[in-house]
Amino acid sequence: MRIHDVAVIGAGVVGCAVARELAAYELDVALVEARDDVGDATSKANTAILHTGFDAAPGTLESRLVPRGYALLSRYAGETGIAVEPTGAVLVAWDDDQLAALPGLRDKAVANGYHAAELVGPDFVYGTVPALGPGALGGMTVPGESIIDPWSTTLAFAYDALARGVGLRLGTRVEAVESGPEFTVLRTSRGDIAARWVVNAAGLGADVIDGHFGHRRFTVTARRGELIVFDTAARPLAPKIVLPVPTSRGKGVLISPTVFGNVMLGPTSEDLPDRTDTSTSEAGIASLLEKGRRIMPSLLEEEITTSYAGLRAATEHGDYVVDVDAGKRYACLGGIRSTGLTASMSIAEHLRDLLDTAGLPLKPRAGLPPPVRVPVLGEASARPYQNDELIRRDAEYGRIVCFCEKVTRGEVRDAFAAPIPPRDLNGLRRRTRATLGRCQGFFCGAEVGRLFDEATGTGD
Amino acid sequence: METMTPAVAVVGAGPAGLTAAAELARLVDGEVLVLERERVPGGIPRHSDHTGYGLRDLRRVMTGPGYARLLHRRAERAGARILTEATVTRVSDGRELEVTTPSGLVRVEPHALVLATGARERPRPARLITGDRGAGIYTTGHLQNLVHLHHGRPGKRAVIVGAELVSWSAVLTLREAGCRTVLMTTSQPVPESYAAFHLPGRALLRVPVATGTRLVSVEGDAGRVSAVVVEQVGTGRRRRVECDTVVLTGDWIPDHELARGTGLDLDPRSRGPVVDTALRTSRPGVFAAGNLIHPVDTADIAALDGRHVAAAVQRWLGDERMGEVAFDIEVDAPLRWVAPSVVRRGDPPPARGRLLLWTDTLVRSPVVRVHQAGRPLARRRLPWPASPGRVFRVPWSLLARARPDAGPVRLSLAR
Ligand SMILES: Cc1cc2nc3c(=O)[nH]c(=O)nc-3n(C[C@H](O)[C@H](O)[C@H](O)COP(=O)(O)OP(=O)(O)OC[C@H]3O[C@@H](n4cnc5c(N)ncnc54)[C@H](O)[C@@H]3O)c2cc1C
Ligand SMILES: Cc1cc2nc3c(=O)[nH]c(=O)nc-3n(C[C@H](O)[C@H](O)[C@H](O)COP(=O)(O)OP(=O)(O)OC[C@H]3O[C@@H](n4cnc5c(N)ncnc54)[C@H](O)[C@@H]3O)c2cc1C
Repeated sequence: MRIHDVAVIGAGVVGCAVARELAAYELDVALVEARDDVGDATSKANTAILHTGFDAAPGTLESRLVPRGYALLSRYAGETGIAVEPTGAVLVAWDDDQLAALPGLRDKAVANGYHAAELVGPDFVYGTVPALGPGALGGMTVPGESIIDPWSTTLAFAYDALARGVGLRLGTRVEAVESGPEFTVLRTSRGDIAARWVVNAAGLGADVIDGHFGHRRFTVTARRGELIVFDTAARPLAPKIVLPVPTSRGKGVLISPTVFGNVMLGPTSEDLPDRTDTSTSEAGIASLLEKGRRIMPSLLEEEITTSYAGLRAATEHGDYVVDVDAGKRYACLGGIRSTGLTASMSIAEHLRDLLDTAGLPLKPRAGLPPPVRVPVLGEASARPYQNDELIRRDAEYGRIVCFCEKVTRGEVRDAFAAPIPPRDLNGLRRRTRATLGRCQGFFCGAEVGRLFDEATGTGD
Repeated sequence: METMTPAVAVVGAGPAGLTAAAELARLVDGEVLVLERERVPGGIPRHSDHTGYGLRDLRRVMTGPGYARLLHRRAERAGARILTEATVTRVSDGRELEVTTPSGLVRVEPHALVLATGARERPRPARLITGDRGAGIYTTGHLQNLVHLHHGRPGKRAVIVGAELVSWSAVLTLREAGCRTVLMTTSQPVPESYAAFHLPGRALLRVPVATGTRLVSVEGDAGRVSAVVVEQVGTGRRRRVECDTVVLTGDWIPDHELARGTGLDLDPRSRGPVVDTALRTSRPGVFAAGNLIHPVDTADIAALDGRHVAAAVQRWLGDERMGEVAFDIEVDAPLRWVAPSVVRRGDPPPARGRLLLWTDTLVRSPVVRVHQAGRPLARRRLPWPASPGRVFRVPWSLLARARPDAGPVRLSLAR
């Protein structure tokens, strides 16, 4: 049996970042994922904010890794073409409690090493986001908060990992673990995988994997966050991220632009017994609409393009659970709850250092391939349909199939030719934006479905 | 980048755009260029594979695809140039268009511009239907594209949301694809489709219609719809209906992206561009026709808009002096919108001498009242109902006594 140096369980944004990082060394890495695609769980359904970490609990691991992750991912996005927009954020206080909480939040930001936050009055708040509803009393600016394309982030890590020699095993669920003196055997739905070291990046399933290694350190609770996405016509209403001011009476919802040109309202926060339940709820959507109506009434006049729910892997601890058990050659990345997209690269870097200390031999790989380039999906740069030169070279980029999102046949073709082709329509959506727009398939659903069937040889 | 300078550019080769182009090609010197993003011209009728098209414009009844082909042929024969796979992505703050085509980007600088981009149905998220995600949820447009253009298959048991004309069109499409409609739901107390179609439709197709209900949520199983939850609006009583297909019909919104992006005045209630009786928008030289301005009427009415707008475009190209606004037209609930809604001095009556209105509730034997600045102008009982889910037509003659510059004219319904 082939014995890998490292097996990473879970190909979410964290697992992919870890696999990519470790593959920068002379290591044979396997990335094992239960689902048929990378980034198909929590990493696909979040708020897509690249956080500065200004509001983390000072002293926690999270408070260290979020700013570091912000710096690493910002740079990486520049190298790979992942869409990032440095919009900045403004926290808005709607009542006296919230107003009173602002100075404390600024002090917390400073304690976290973030010095750019500033308290501002209501005039400034309305000057920045004129569409806000009446009654804002003041606010705090966080100029560094940015928005990012979460789908391309996971894909870029995974593509880089593959280019660096990682073996990706999709559709492979780890069901049991057998630890031995030299290596560990993962019993999976597709046979055994042996590795000297194992990294648990299983997100909502991280406590179960931890249990397989004999630990009882935490229990994951699925904390659902529902979100409403508004039409791109709404984008001028939200030039910045509008954040709520958390108080003892709870955390409100945010309004954020997206790099795809939409505006997002959410998320809710609700603990669920079922870790697989990503449905939206009447109560959740109704509460979002009610809160949104207060924050930005004109947003509610706009068309809703979609709504979805993501599940945070919450634990009883207020921090990430990152630990290396050197004896079992096992590393756990648990409780990466609501900042894991931002911190993915710093978590990977931190883990590498822990593994180094624990005795994993790290010899830099010579001749690493350059970072991949991901397709241009963000609105801030010229998309293929706007690129005359590109279309003249290849007419397929001039054939728009998804009219709302302006996705061309060329981009759909490229998605199938990529190192990890989509296995279903949702995978195609995350790689191209096809059918994600306002018509939700009225015009192009059938045509995109046909292209999918053609490329994958499915359908009738 | 290539530049084209036609006399007229028409965006959208549906019934409205093709008919306008056929007419304009005869009326004007210079090129009439139609830009259509699909590979085949014709608009929605292309995939609406049943009879019921062409009545008022062609004085015959034909199937959607046949109608689409005929309108296409006529426009081409008249000399219009139809560019397919040509998506207009932006209108400048004048009349210039940015177009993406397989041979590159094109800039179109026409003397006059007609927007005829049509309308679409609101999808699930916009209707706030919660629950699981899953395959098997369609709008009628998506469903008919799938079945008629791609020969794809929906499931076996369908629930249809809506009971208007287009909803029955969905029933027919499903039946052809071997899928049974087990229930139609409508929030209206009575089904809103044409009585003539509705009665034989119900008898023939044997579809139960649950009136006064709304679809609350969708349940899924293994990535496909498995059931829906339907609520009786008055009582709040809920029931679960097993199905593997859900079709969301009606609930129209104009495809107004270009109109809005370029900053034309929009009617906040129809969300289409505001037009006058000559189908001029708020910007000189820019016109609008079809379901973009009245979401949604039948194809023949869209086509006749096209004929009407052609005459106005011809006058504009002939250096007409446009009259000042005489008055606006407004409506009271349950009427939602009216098109056209602006009247200028010296202008012709609207297309077919009718105002098009939308009602949110059924008024079986409506009395239309017309006021201007509080002064009653007319009151007339119309022999047809004001029925939700389809356009309510009001004869232009009811406004005969409206005076210029005497304030907006209001239309309301007395029961
Ligand atoms: C509503 C919401 C909003 C958020 N907003 C933000 C934000 O704005 N910014 C930010 O930085 N973060 C945000 N987050 C957090 C971020 O999305 C997560 O921290 C991050 O996606 C976690 O990544 P992951 O790789 O740990 O988990 P996941 O993406 O869940 O990946 C875990 C993977 O492990 C696989 N797996 C599990 N068990 C097994 C097994 N036994 N065998 C094989 N594979 C297995 C799963 O299939 C899954 O693919 C948000 C989260 C939510 C829910
Ligand atoms: C299911 C269904 C059944 C129906 N049944 C009947 C019936 O039996 N009888 C009847 O009379 N009517 C029926 N109708 C209504 C009829 O189809 C419409 O009234 C008619 O198609 C409206 O014509 P239009 O030209 O305004 O718009 P559309 O037909 O929608 O055409 C608009 C065109 O504009 C193009 N376009 C849009 N944006 C752009 C852009 N940016 N660049 C380039 N091109 C663009 C579109 O691709 C499309 O081809 C039905 C409608 C539906 C949905």
